[in-house]
Amino acid sequence: MTASIATNQTILVVGGGIAGMTAALEAAECGKQVILAEKTPTLGGRTSLLYRYFPKMCHPTCGLEINLRRLRGNPNVRVMTMTEVAAVTGSRGNYAVTLKVKPRYVTENCTACGDCGNAVSAEIPNPANYGMDKIKAAYLPHGMAYPQRFVIDPSIAATPEGEKAKAACKVDAVDLGMQEETLELTVGSVVWATGWRPYDANKIQPYGYDRYANVITSLEFERLADPRGPTGGKLLRPSDGKEAKNIAFIQCAGSRDENHLRHCSRICCMATLKQTQYVREALGDAGKSTIYYIDIRAIDRFEDFYQNVQKDATVSFIKSKVARIALNEENNSPILHGVDTEGYHRYASEHDLVVLAVGMEPEVTGVKLPDDIILDSSNFIEGSKTEGMFGAGSASSPLDVNRSVQSATAAAMRAVQVIHKTASTEAA
Amino acid sequence: MTTANENAVAKYKNNFLKEVEATVEEGHWVKMCMQCGVCAGSCPFGPHWEHSPQKIFMMIRAGKREEVLKSDSMWMCTSCYNCMVRCPRELPITHIMHGLANYAYRLGLSPKGQPNQAIAKLFWDSALKYGRVNELKFSLAMYFRDGFVQGVKNALAMQSVGLGLVKAGRLNPMEIISGHTCKDTSGIHKMIAKAREIEDRRRGLA
Repeated sequence: MTASIATNQTILVVGGGIAGMTAALEAAECGKQVILAEKTPTLGGRTSLLYRYFPKMCHPTCGLEINLRRLRGNPNVRVMTMTEVAAVTGSRGNYAVTLKVKPRYVTENCTACGDCGNAVSAEIPNPANYGMDKIKAAYLPHGMAYPQRFVIDPSIAATPEGEKAKAACKVDAVDLGMQEETLELTVGSVVWATGWRPYDANKIQPYGYDRYANVITSLEFERLADPRGPTGGKLLRPSDGKEAKNIAFIQCAGSRDENHLRHCSRICCMATLKQTQYVREALGDAGKSTIYYIDIRAIDRFEDFYQNVQKDATVSFIKSKVARIALNEENNSPILHGVDTEGYHRYASEHDLVVLAVGMEPEVTGVKLPDDIILDSSNFIEGSKTEGMFGAGSASSPLDVNRSVQSATAAAMRAVQVIHKTASTEAA
Repeated sequence: MTTANENAVAKYKNNFLKEVEATVEEGHWVKMCMQCGVCAGSCPFGPHWEHSPQKIFMMIRAGKREEVLKSDSMWMCTSCYNCMVRCPRELPITHIMHGLANYAYRLGLSPKGQPNQAIAKLFWDSALKYGRVNELKFSLAMYFRDGFVQGVKNALAMQSVGLGLVKAGRLNPMEIISGHTCKDTSGIHKMIAKAREIEDRRRGLA
């Protein structure tokens, strides 16, 4: 790949999650040239790590499948995985971009047959399951990975394990000599679809995420519920592998808190309401979900989802932000302490498993961004001073999948406008 | 002559929140409480008092003036600051509790005989009189608060602690006669009187 592929008529989309894919496709389908740069080895982002979407409870395979099909059929989008943006300078219509491409050690010849994975014995924490289980160090990120190409973890590249993978490959797709590459490009507009990450639950000290095995995050719970997850879809306690029947969900774990994230992460209420239905799906009437909340914020048309969950006899609601979690030493069950707001009753309630509905933190928090970028007080991207760069999806605001897609479409349209104006200025 | 309490009732009518905002230290924060309950759950004294901070704030907003000002809850605060550091909205809860206690006391509504109130008053009286706290007189005043016989019993019970403090040079028995004051007590008295005059005028307690 050379720098000549991009001109100031090109749009760079940073981040290949649902928002980045959408923004890239919308712009490409308008006839624009797009480079879609993704940091990890696969597109799909956090969406592909969900078990189901709310409100229709469909699987992410569905929504992503449509986008991947659009992507395969569109020559205007150039997908670059394992690629990070190192620097952006310049202004609207003319940005100089530096990209760093990490070695994958597997070339485009890969047929995803899996022989290299079978050949190696080294294992790494599985990024697709938030490290809850292990996978071979030569792996396909997950079943829906795009491109469908294996990755060799850098930890084994220069070891005999790497050689084993190379020897096993029938199509000669393993190249252990790959090096990190730096690319300089010119683009006209940049869409930042850098997404979000779960707020570090270790920082919420009274909840003991770092100390108690049976306190997990909502994202880990997604993986537990997923048949492709570490437990094959069973809701098992990390401490002893027993089935968790009495599950507590703690809302605003990090969100709406000046000590942590000052914004409302917006998705967590719906995510928890959705997850109570995983409990019902797995355990029927034997499961019990308890939601500890400050307010349930099921926005606009999701109100009916909330009302349906309220009718579910296995789900109960306690209006209270849990003050702290202690541990029953005998069975490793977390005990939730607090005072409810409807009557001011003091409680100490034991549950098999506690799920922290962690807030959304912009993935760019702590990253040095171009000076041009305007951030809000929570580090979400509001735009840029010369209006040539745009935030899309959950990089711009805490958004669910549906709203991320809307936001990405809007950002794509604005980027297309920038390109149009640049083109007409140059023609004149 | 009307009392400060009657004046306040007349001035703020039924709007107790407005009264708290105007007269209680950090009272303007009360409306910011979102009733999450973390303060109540984090309080180490939680089960031992009548109304948690969260409940007190809701009672203020609901206009339950008498119940709030007569509550012993504010007096039970040990200033551990657990509520304050955990409050998601950064309300200075500890300061508000002390502000409410002070205001209730100034209006003459605070619960009579509440032990923490008594110790706070003795502490302040000593500090105001001498410019610093005379620990010996302060301790003795505490011991003998409930009469002479109980005072002797209290003093005997605390004997070993007292002797330890004397040995460590932390308590001087001669202070019963004199000493342990600041250099310019009359200056302190004037300063405090002026500060109180300004504060009372501001809070409508003059």
